[in-house]
Amino acid sequence: MNRSLSLLLSLKLGMQAGLLAGLLLLTGYSAAAPIETFKFDSPEKEKIFHKLSEELRCLVCQNQNVAESNADLAKDLRQQIYDMLSEGKTEDEIVEYMVQRYGDYVLYRPPMKPMTWLLWFGPVIGFFFGLFFVMRFMKAQSGSKQPQALSEKEIERIKNLHAEQDGK
Amino acid sequence: METKQPTTLRRFMPLIIFTALVVLLGIGLTLNPRMVPSPFIGKPAPAFELPLLLQQGNFSEEDFKGHVTLFNVWASWCFACRQEHEVVKYLSSNGVRIIGMNYKDESDDAKAWLVRLGNPYQAIATDLDGKVGIDWGVYGAPETFLVDQDGIIRHKVIGPLSSVENMQDLLEVSTEQGFDALSGVLKTIIKKMEK
Repeated sequence: MNRSLSLLLSLKLGMQAGLLAGLLLLTGYSAAAPIETFKFDSPEKEKIFHKLSEELRCLVCQNQNVAESNADLAKDLRQQIYDMLSEGKTEDEIVEYMVQRYGDYVLYRPPMKPMTWLLWFGPVIGFFFGLFFVMRFMKAQSGSKQPQALSEKEIERIKNLHAEQDGK
Repeated sequence: METKQPTTLRRFMPLIIFTALVVLLGIGLTLNPRMVPSPFIGKPAPAFELPLLLQQGNFSEEDFKGHVTLFNVWASWCFACRQEHEVVKYLSSNGVRIIGMNYKDESDDAKAWLVRLGNPYQAIATDLDGKVGIDWGVYGAPETFLVDQDGIIRHKVIGPLSSVENMQDLLEVSTEQGFDALSGVLKTIIKKMEK
């Protein structure tokens, strides 16, 4: 029983460490953003601009968003977002424009649809799958430690064995 | 006490799971992350109007109608464009209609490049600031769109046409669509490339 407790504890610690690492990854942010100056006529537009350029993937550089990348295409896409905002387009309209041209791939937050279910729920399914095996393993371990009462047949057999030995 | 003897299947379960994982990750590793499938396949070419590089006038999506066209995005700064140039020239000299889109280039550089390496294009539209490129979902050169006689985009080649793999994909679509003339030319050049 002690052993399974310590296993549980280490599992919990591991999960905490994993969570922390995950959070760090999520919030990990490149400080070196390319320098450009865009003038916005309202703070809302500026907010949308920053939000969009952080959520759209730079297609040529991979694993960088449009805000971080110095690639030419990222520059063009930033300009495009700025132009569309200046024309009074909404956030959704701009996202739709990008998806129409570059597909869902351009989004760092892919939409929820049957094709992306595995992407969204895969990690959770994987976690419960793993948890199931850990639990089963722990149960088997604790079970094997507790000796069960001997059946009558077994007692009989031991007696016989002793008798056999004594007889020799 | 009864102990369960693990069956053979149970004994090999970890190995099976491990192998499955290795195969899955292996596939993931060999996929090209630069291949972004185009959402334009089967859709009409986006509307645009661009000035021509070498002649007077403009080129618009209307000019695709009536012919099967390869719309080739290139630039003089693009190294892979030079690699594929011989293939583009071969296609052109065998009757394939090739329209160029000079993408984010300097017109003088582009003209000099054509003089040096030869001009296989029937017309070249110039997209100086890359705006039309964005409209077409272009994210690098070279890219080549297969546009049918109704102006519908049928295929997008990402990367140079000098890659046999790219050409085989193009041939597959061309055959599917029944572009017999194009398929014929593609078949011959693929054979040459494989040698």
